[in-house]
Amino acid sequence: MSAWLTRHAQTSIGSLGRLSQQKLATLLTVLVIGIALALPACLHLLISNAQNATGNWNKAVDLTVFLKRPTSAEDASRTAGRIKQRRDVSNVEVITADAALKEFRHDSGFGAAIDALNENPLPHTLVVTPAADFTTSANLDSLAADLRAMPSVEVVQLDTAWVNRLNAILETVRRGLIVAAALLALGVMVIVGNTIRLDIQNRRAEIEVTKLVGGTDGFVRRPFLYNGIWYGLGGGITAWIITAAVIAILREPIGRLAGLYGSAFQLGGLDARATLILLGSGIVLGWLGSYLAATRHLRAIEPT
Amino acid sequence: MIRFDHVFKRYPNGREALSDLSLEIDSGEVVFLTGHSGAGKSSLLKLISLIERPTRGQLIINGQNVSGVSRRKVPAFRRQIGMVFQDHKLLHDRTIFDNVALPLIIAGVGTKEIGKRVRAALDQVGLLGREQSVPLELSTGEQQRVGIARAVVSKPPVLIADEPTGNLDPELSLEVMNIFRRFNEVGVTVLVASHDLYLLEHFPVRRVRLECGRVVDDIPAGISAGEKLVDPAKLITGSEGAM
Repeated sequence: MSAWLTRHAQTSIGSLGRLSQQKLATLLTVLVIGIALALPACLHLLISNAQNATGNWNKAVDLTVFLKRPTSAEDASRTAGRIKQRRDVSNVEVITADAALKEFRHDSGFGAAIDALNENPLPHTLVVTPAADFTTSANLDSLAADLRAMPSVEVVQLDTAWVNRLNAILETVRRGLIVAAALLALGVMVIVGNTIRLDIQNRRAEIEVTKLVGGTDGFVRRPFLYNGIWYGLGGGITAWIITAAVIAILREPIGRLAGLYGSAFQLGGLDARATLILLGSGIVLGWLGSYLAATRHLRAIEPT
Repeated sequence: MIRFDHVFKRYPNGREALSDLSLEIDSGEVVFLTGHSGAGKSSLLKLISLIERPTRGQLIINGQNVSGVSRRKVPAFRRQIGMVFQDHKLLHDRTIFDNVALPLIIAGVGTKEIGKRVRAALDQVGLLGREQSVPLELSTGEQQRVGIARAVVSKPPVLIADEPTGNLDPELSLEVMNIFRRFNEVGVTVLVASHDLYLLEHFPVRRVRLECGRVVDDIPAGISAGEKLVDPAKLITGSEGAM
């Protein structure tokens, strides 16, 4: 067991040493893999940041319910209490006509004009906050319909159209990310596979000798698998660096842009989980690409 | 140890390298395989090392019929046969130590044990102290001895050598043959393909002569090659006696 582990450690280090002897070729391969992996990583960040930026708005879709006039303040709070008992409602805020007028007078600067009115033209208003689990557009629509059916309700305002559009856009981009990631993963495997194929051709004599003195297919293949793993790991690290550089370049202007919209939004980078996935997929793709290439091409080399 | 039983070998291009060849080599024997190039010496050795398979007939090595050795089992089978090549087949980007250690590494021997056995093998061929050289720093004769050390380091019961002295001058050839003989003294079966007449004269071991893929002459050990080779009539009698 310990001899086996020692062999693997020696093979992996030996493979690393061999790769470092051909610096330029190795560097180019790793760079190509890195770029291929960085593209889906950046797309992933685009989506997760867009969700972060819009997530709060999405959850904060409130329904504004205007009650019929005349409705007494007692009726308004009774109606609010009834609505609040619904499962899909988390909170109902009552803005009485008087309070609304006061606020309007304060904010609008039409104080004198309002004073000229004989009576308060504003209705009582209920701001209904849906429960967190019921913010899908279908749920919101059925809630709005129920509220509209209540006898004291005049108008229900619900503006989910833009939320729906944004979600649809994000869903499209996410689907695109999956397709792009799959294609680029295939590309990484092809790159590694082709590099390994050339490597096998260059080491034909060595492979023949190894087979002659009793080396199994697995033994002959092992150093090439380690090559693939190193390529993949190097590519993953390169992709991480590229992604971090992109974030660093964009963070400041995006922060400024968000500031102009009065938001404290900060561009987020790859977290620990995403980093592990990036490095892990690099390793797995490198290994898989080299495994397929080595298994296929090593069979063809037999001593003569 | 090695038994050919009516073995035919025909290559895809139609050339028949071995034709109804029967030959038995006992455990612990030293056998010279002679004959012109193209007589089938190399083909015979390639069948033993499973580089090629018999077209017809049976080949039994160490009690095992080679037709029963599947592709997956070839590596394990080859580990019981030490092979020496005319062109050494050393790995030039590795040290002498690493070259000789290769069969042990493949067999999964522990690091300490490898060091011991590699040094013992290099000692036997007189190259102890050259472990860290690379093959190109060594002379042809020394490289051939490294090849022999690699062939015997895992102590195989059979040692086969294809023209091991082909590139060596007579003195070095004798040295190489003496090394083979020393291994034979500890029980290794040795089969050497060679057309080096000089060697044949110096080593009165069993000689098997091939011609057109058949055994035409089988001279037991102890009889000098000279007296047999001069008389073609005796030559044919010898071959019949062997069959």
